[in-house]
Amino acid sequence: MNSQIVWMIIGMGLATYIPRMIPLVILQKLQLPVFLQNILQNVPYAILGALIFPGVFFIHEDIWFGVVGAAIAFTFASFFSNVVVVVIGSIFALSVVSFYF
Amino acid sequence: MSVLLYYFMVIYSSNLLKYKLVLCSFCYMWILGGVVLETNVLDKPANQFKLGLQGGATIAIGYMPVAITYGFIAKTTGLTLGETILMSLIVYAGASQYMSLDMISKQIGVIEIILTTFIVNIRHLLMSASLNEKVEQDKPIKKALYAFGITDETFSVAAVQKEKLTTGYMFGLTFIAYSSWVCFSGVGYIVGASLPELFQEGMSIALYAMFIGLLVPSMKGSRKVVFLATVAALFNSLFVMTEVLSTGWAIVCSTLISSCLVELIILLKKGKEDGPSE
Repeated sequence: MNSQIVWMIIGMGLATYIPRMIPLVILQKLQLPVFLQNILQNVPYAILGALIFPGVFFIHEDIWFGVVGAAIAFTFASFFSNVVVVVIGSIFALSVVSFYF
Repeated sequence: MSVLLYYFMVIYSSNLLKYKLVLCSFCYMWILGGVVLETNVLDKPANQFKLGLQGGATIAIGYMPVAITYGFIAKTTGLTLGETILMSLIVYAGASQYMSLDMISKQIGVIEIILTTFIVNIRHLLMSASLNEKVEQDKPIKKALYAFGITDETFSVAAVQKEKLTTGYMFGLTFIAYSSWVCFSGVGYIVGASLPELFQEGMSIALYAMFIGLLVPSMKGSRKVVFLATVAALFNSLFVMTEVLSTGWAIVCSTLISSCLVELIILLKKGKEDGPSE
């Protein structure tokens, strides 16, 4: 193994681990103000919105592939609350669609 | 299923090493299938670790194409199999790993790669802090251990759960996602090139379908969730399209803006909205 690459990997590992670990360990003892707690409880839903858009449109060079994919996934998700069904269904449906077009 | 078909195709056209690795990942899929299909019909208190495994099974499926592609690109960039798997083992961050491969091929310095990795992953500060409000109190060492497994996907699955999260659940959830990521990075390195294109194209929607599948059911009961997601999506699109901010910062800023804005609106006209967790 190339030692420079190994050092780079270790450095990157620290760079990804520290932001994941610090708040969970340090905030345990701290009692945050209610307003801040509420904001942190909002984060999951806001971050899901930001993770989906606009990224979903760029999964393929052809933007319509992403648009159709997102539409399919939203359709599945509004009928089935089981995430596994949504994922498998979307993969299958999008494969069928991309096979025909 | 296309996955099965693909495995048979690979086994047909392979030498011994490929065969072994594919057999391994086939066993992995089999165990995964068992976890997904297992139902808790009995009323006995469910094993939290097992519940976590079930919650993370979707992530494990979603990681497969991403990890396989990563493994394949790592090979074309010139990394060894050991380095490819080591990076997945230690760094464990999809976007950063892709990015580092790109930067290695452009011969960009190590320090710069590490700094960029840090900036791309700064959003995990936000996730970790938010998760801290939901998980049960436990020894710091245990929390520090499963903190390693916090990714966009494991965070999303954990954060939309209704109940308080136990340490056992968090270990199960993060373990199954992590093992899939590491395992299929190696598979990608060895067999990546022989992936049928149709399969790759269809699978590219997997992780987004999962985010959508997690978000939509929460949107149904609550206008607040709809606002939170829409505002963040609009701001993030704006930041990314105008290239004002890099992807890492765009997600952090749009999430914070949306979370604060909605909370302020609620403060201003108290009692009108229904919250997801109140």
